Amino acid sequence: MDFDRVREKLNILADAAKYDVSCASSGSDRTNKTKGLGNASKMGICHSYTEDGRCISLLKILLTNHCIYDCAYCVTRKSNDIQRAAFKIQEVVDLTINFYRRNYIEGLFLSSGIFKNADYTMERLVAVAKKLREEENFNGYIHLKSIPGASDELMYEAGLYADRLSVNIEVPTISGLKLLAPDKKHEDFTKPMLKVKNEIVRYQAERKIIKSTPKYAPAGQSTQMIVGASGETDKDIMYSATYYYKTYQMKRVYYSGYVPIADDARLPAIGSQVPMLRENRLYQTDWLLRFYGFAVNEILNHEHPNLDMEVDPKLSWALRNLHHFPVDVNTADKRLLARIPGIGMQSVQKIMDARKFRRLNWDHLKKIGVALNRAQYFMVCDSRHWERRDLDAEKIKGMILQTSSGQFRNQYSTQLSLFN
Amino acid sequence: MNASTTLIYDSSFNGFLTAVFVAFDEKISVADIQKNGRCQNGLFSETETIFTHVEKAKRVWNGIRNKSHNAISNVYFAFLSETEGVEMLLFDYIQKLMRTQNGKYLDYSDSTVLHISQLARKVGREKHRMEAFVRFQLTKDNIYFANIEPDFDVLPLISKHFRDRYADQQWLIYDVKRKYGIYYNLDHVEMVSLNLKDIHHNKIHKSDAFVNGEYEYQTLWNDYFKSTGILSRINPKLHTQHVPKRYWKYLSEKKEAV
Repeated sequence: MDFDRVREKLNILADAAKYDVSCASSGSDRTNKTKGLGNASKMGICHSYTEDGRCISLLKILLTNHCIYDCAYCVTRKSNDIQRAAFKIQEVVDLTINFYRRNYIEGLFLSSGIFKNADYTMERLVAVAKKLREEENFNGYIHLKSIPGASDELMYEAGLYADRLSVNIEVPTISGLKLLAPDKKHEDFTKPMLKVKNEIVRYQAERKIIKSTPKYAPAGQSTQMIVGASGETDKDIMYSATYYYKTYQMKRVYYSGYVPIADDARLPAIGSQVPMLRENRLYQTDWLLRFYGFAVNEILNHEHPNLDMEVDPKLSWALRNLHHFPVDVNTADKRLLARIPGIGMQSVQKIMDARKFRRLNWDHLKKIGVALNRAQYFMVCDSRHWERRDLDAEKIKGMILQTSSGQFRNQYSTQLSLFN
Repeated sequence: MNASTTLIYDSSFNGFLTAVFVAFDEKISVADIQKNGRCQNGLFSETETIFTHVEKAKRVWNGIRNKSHNAISNVYFAFLSETEGVEMLLFDYIQKLMRTQNGKYLDYSDSTVLHISQLARKVGREKHRMEAFVRFQLTKDNIYFANIEPDFDVLPLISKHFRDRYADQQWLIYDVKRKYGIYYNLDHVEMVSLNLKDIHHNKIHKSDAFVNGEYEYQTLWNDYFKSTGILSRINPKLHTQHVPKRYWKYLSEKKEAV
């Protein structure tokens, strides 16, 4: 290994890959049967965290940052004047294996700029995965990027070696895509997604009949959308996320607050704030849709196209729907419990288990871990004390905000501060 | 009235289970269960020393497991937390568990049950952290070596994970605090104690116990760590919440920060 050369390439190509937020290593059940190297952990492991607090679980690099496209939001776009580099296939394999053996990573996340054409690039990505699996007997996690416009044959092969495949649609609206990435067509993104989804469905059906059917992308597909680059509403983002979850059976949709990287009139200027709070609210909404049984039009609709930045989306839904409350935690069904602000799914399960033994009061709920500062206005329990005043939504919101603190509070607070 | 008894055991998990067995078998009213060497006599209780008996321990283990798989792992995890007084808490938990019909004893409004499940969760988190924060360094004898300093005694819990994952390399994980390690010799995992001269922190100074390439890979990893962070999103509070400072000295990517 030529240490200096690899070091230089790694710095360039890891730097270019960092805007991909996905670093999940969960969901794969690939096991080490032949005394080889690696064993996927079903729950995923974060081996370290970056200084911005994101999980580092995979070696996330580009194969190359040469690219024929000129997408405005992308740091490796053709017109950007940056240092370019490309890894050899063997170099990526060596890095992955040596990092993995030292327990630095769960596996590889390989993406790439598009050089020559889509198929040529995809072929190289597949070659890396194939080499890892077949020559190195590697059972760790491999996440490959599906290159927009890659052929069905290559996508099929990719799924045989990778645990997860992803295409980043980046811009949630078709009009936004035309504006920011004029060379790319919407169909280029969806075609590989559809192929992979169909293969996953086919393999799952076959496994029911023949148990030894090989694995095909066991951790499914994911995608990513940039938030705050093309003036879209939260409704646009969440509706298109719901569409991708349903149509392509996505395992995850990621939301990435746009980090300004270019002077371009179509985009927020360099130095403007990364919309981290908005990103956070979108993830909260995503969770409500996937785990709490909410429908997207309950949270975002024509009257409410954007999420409330001051309070979380569940609380904001509850404040708009006070007629559902208060809920009695000792009798309500699971679905309803999950809708009380301040009660998470773990608390829901604990409450369901515990209330078989006795009726729960405030003290029990507090110990179980319910956030009572929010929950107290929306529930009753085995106690003579509960919120009896006829409070309206604004009042409750004010009282909750007063008794809590938030990291981003200063960004949206309408209260004037006295001392600066 | 029966005088209550303090049971003294040899601080192993089997020893504890034997104590539980004896307590049930002889219908002892237990005042306390204590580790030997750390015992303190009660004013009105007798003491009895328990000799570890694997068969007896196994019967208790199976008894709990037959009630609930969840319960046995809770008991084991909570025991490894090494919390003071955890033995009596566990004894109380096991008694309550055994009284139930179907073994589904999940009364989180009971303080013992809640406490045990919280302790087990703490240990589980530490186990998961160790699966993440172990950093192997390749020695000249071709052994991947790591030293760690976990909050709880999690080595027995992580051994399977590493055995399954690194089946084709020799590795050794050494607990600096509890002075023992686990070593995988390409066939099975065994317990070892080492005469470790110096602890291998990821200090700037390099040890000659490791192969030449070792520090190159550490450099590459540190570089990767730096270039994958996004400066305009920096959030030190969240960072230290995920990677608490007490682990930094064993993580090569944090060596400059220590």
